[in-house]
Amino acid sequence: MSELPLLTTDQMASFVARGFLRFDAVVPDDVNAQAMEELPGLFRAWLDEFRGVASGHTDDADGEAPLPRSGTPLHDAYAPDSAFGRMVRVPAIAGAIASLVGAAPVVDHHFVHIKTAGDLHAQGLHCDAIVDQGPAFDIQLFWFPHDVAPREGGTRFVPGSHLRRVNMDDVARYHHLAGEQYFSGDAGTVVIFHQGLWHAGAPNHGSRDRVMGKLRLNPTQAQVRLWDTSDLAPRNRADDHMFARMEPGMVAAELRRSEPWYEPSVHRLETVQRARLWRYLTGDADFDVDWYLTRTERRAALVTP
Amino acid sequence: MSARQQVLMLWLASSALDSRVLGWSMFDGTAGAGPQLTTDPPYGTGVDALVDGWRLLQMSPLIPPTPGHERDTSFLKHEFLFERIIGLG
Repeated sequence: MSELPLLTTDQMASFVARGFLRFDAVVPDDVNAQAMEELPGLFRAWLDEFRGVASGHTDDADGEAPLPRSGTPLHDAYAPDSAFGRMVRVPAIAGAIASLVGAAPVVDHHFVHIKTAGDLHAQGLHCDAIVDQGPAFDIQLFWFPHDVAPREGGTRFVPGSHLRRVNMDDVARYHHLAGEQYFSGDAGTVVIFHQGLWHAGAPNHGSRDRVMGKLRLNPTQAQVRLWDTSDLAPRNRADDHMFARMEPGMVAAELRRSEPWYEPSVHRLETVQRARLWRYLTGDADFDVDWYLTRTERRAALVTP
Repeated sequence: MSARQQVLMLWLASSALDSRVLGWSMFDGTAGAGPQLTTDPPYGTGVDALVDGWRLLQMSPLIPPTPGHERDTSFLKHEFLFERIIGLG
């Protein structure tokens, strides 16, 4: 895997702070064109499975299951010449996957979301699956194989929402949050989400169906220092403090980033959540941002049980 | 003439009604026949909504953090619920 373009420390810190990474037009045109042929069929295969009309026989003529079973190693889940198989082998995507969930992730599931032209339903805001405990996390790849113009059904998502402990669509009442985004971009763009990122299907005011392939991957190894950490050590100070000494270039600078929808008081708690996640990712139990964890841990150590 | 309720939810930056708007939702009992929100965000603060005629129904109580979960983050904390009654017909 060493030849893969691994994520940088800046990208990892941004992922921890904001819960997503975006790779614009990273998938080649011919793979996107193949996806536009195959992905609707994958959606139909799921419908067949769901409805039970396949009578338990979902294998195609070659004996290859179009829907991999949960837990299938990613390497074995998709034929190398299939659309999903080619997408996950794009070097930038393969490197991002390896950096986030390791060299041997397994497929949780994939799904093809089709937002038909003129469908103006706004899905309720939600995070996928159920409320989960960290710090280990899954990733979800959102692959848009065709151009998506603004207001044409690009997924709505809320940067920085991934570490809030909520369950599924209990957040659906939030119709508008300052700083939220609606995806738009060029064909072949992949956005990788932390499992907890709030998102929703958006109205499609355009004249063509919007197709998006989503793939959830589970790690099978501790997600510790899997990215290109060559610049990490000098940037990983635990004593970078916004009211004391604060230096440019420190990881802490990204981890204290606020979002327009954050309450100031909760922003500080978000900083703590991010510092905890960074401790997991780096294996550095002493890492901190603005001393929030350190001061309380040191005080606690003073108290005799 | 019949009356219908419009409900406005605002999420504010602090527990104070005059703090800035972070998020908003409107649920419209007039099904579009009544006045609509026209700006993004619709108001700068919760008090601005009062000035525009919305009546405050409820605000989030201030609840001490649960021991052991003081640093957890979850739903937006400062939720304010408003209504206005619109006459139709």
